[in-house]
Amino acid sequence: MIEVQRLRCSFGPVIAVDDISFQVRKGDVLGFLGPNGAGKSTAMKMLACFLVPDSGTATLCGYDILKDPVRVRQVVGYLAENAPAYNEMTVGGFLNFVCDVRHITGAARKKALDRIVPLCSIESVYHQTIETLSKGYRRRVGLAQALIHDPQILILDEPTDGLDPNQKHEVRRLITGMAKDKCIIVSTHILEEVELICNRTIIIARGKILVDSTPQELIQKYHCSLDEVFRKITSTRKIA
Amino acid sequence: MNGFWSVFKRELKGYFATPVAYVFLVIFLFFSGYLPFRDGFFEIRQAELRLFFANLPLLFIFMVPSTAMRLWAEERKTGSIEFLLTLPVTVSQAVLGKFFAAWAFLGIALLLTFPMPVTVYYLGQPDTGLIITGYLGSFLLAGSFLAIGSFFSALTKNQVISFILSVVACGVLVYAGMSTTVNYLSSVLPAGAVRVVESLSIQSHFDSILKGVIKLEDMAYFIILIVAWISACAVILEERKAA
Repeated sequence: MIEVQRLRCSFGPVIAVDDISFQVRKGDVLGFLGPNGAGKSTAMKMLACFLVPDSGTATLCGYDILKDPVRVRQVVGYLAENAPAYNEMTVGGFLNFVCDVRHITGAARKKALDRIVPLCSIESVYHQTIETLSKGYRRRVGLAQALIHDPQILILDEPTDGLDPNQKHEVRRLITGMAKDKCIIVSTHILEEVELICNRTIIIARGKILVDSTPQELIQKYHCSLDEVFRKITSTRKIA
Repeated sequence: MNGFWSVFKRELKGYFATPVAYVFLVIFLFFSGYLPFRDGFFEIRQAELRLFFANLPLLFIFMVPSTAMRLWAEERKTGSIEFLLTLPVTVSQAVLGKFFAAWAFLGIALLLTFPMPVTVYYLGQPDTGLIITGYLGSFLLAGSFLAIGSFFSALTKNQVISFILSVVACGVLVYAGMSTTVNYLSSVLPAGAVRVVESLSIQSHFDSILKGVIKLEDMAYFIILIVAWISACAVILEERKAA
């Protein structure tokens, strides 16, 4: 469902993403790992058609990010880092705006809202303005807007960052529950999360892919915990 | 076009959800009402709104950038631009949606000055055509300043810088055509250059609309100005969105 071909993106002299290629199939939950500044968010922003790559391309559900960005955004649910939203809107107003833009109207909208609000546990804050919400609730609202159109592809940038253990558990449960018929890319720093929900792992550092494998394979190959595997790969591998 | 309407609706509703819009409206309505009376509305003994419209360019130089400054600067600062531009809308739909919503808001502000025409109708028999063209010209003027303000708002994350730059740009456009400037310039530049500067300024085109003459060249001037600055805004936004 997702095919990435030699994506490259630089900000001035800094090369953020350097020629990465990978594929993700339906049913995969891909964990994007890497040190800070590795290029994870930049890669995800390119796939979500927020940034335009310098070279290379990617197809999501058959739509090319360069030629058909609007179609790509229709089939993708994207949760940016820090879950940005319009602070002065209420949660209900915000979700209705997203439905407006995504052409979900009438009975379909009611159904989507009835499904998503309990799923993300935001009933209690439905009428509150977003700026008054705690971090965890803001994250849940962000997740709700990413899921409301039941997309085939989910791109989540650090979805459990800053959540309390219960909320983390909820979000992970949500992701594993949906994994069967979707294609999910999750970027995270929490390695136990990778073991729990991901069936594939890609480790990126300084814009290049170091490893494209599964968590189990990595643990078996290096005979140590994922934490140490990460440390070994990102600190010892010399990048040309 | 659904993306455009969704953004337009959201923005317009958003204006009235916060106190900012109401503060703006009160200040605008107060000054637009006060200035004509201070300039001798009763003294001229004519039932017309000429003084009212003549003061609008100066008022707009400050009030329109204050509406425009938060258009894009706030989105880039809070990061909500990343949310907006990963929805299935194109950059043009987003830019146009926000622009027209802000323009509609300024249109509402102009409509709320209705007590002024009501006053002149009560006091005498004003020329209706002049009043209509006056409002039309003012609406276009507001749109032009708004387009300039949108550009500067997309240029920087800091709303204050955006405000100052917009005020300066709008000010230059208005003052370039004023008689004192023209007089000064004609002592320094050849007559042809002075005419160019004068025709580039807003004042001359606005004045002729105020006199009741709707010329194609004046309409074209405003429309080209709006289209040019809005396109520049879209281009800059595309460049700067991730910065």
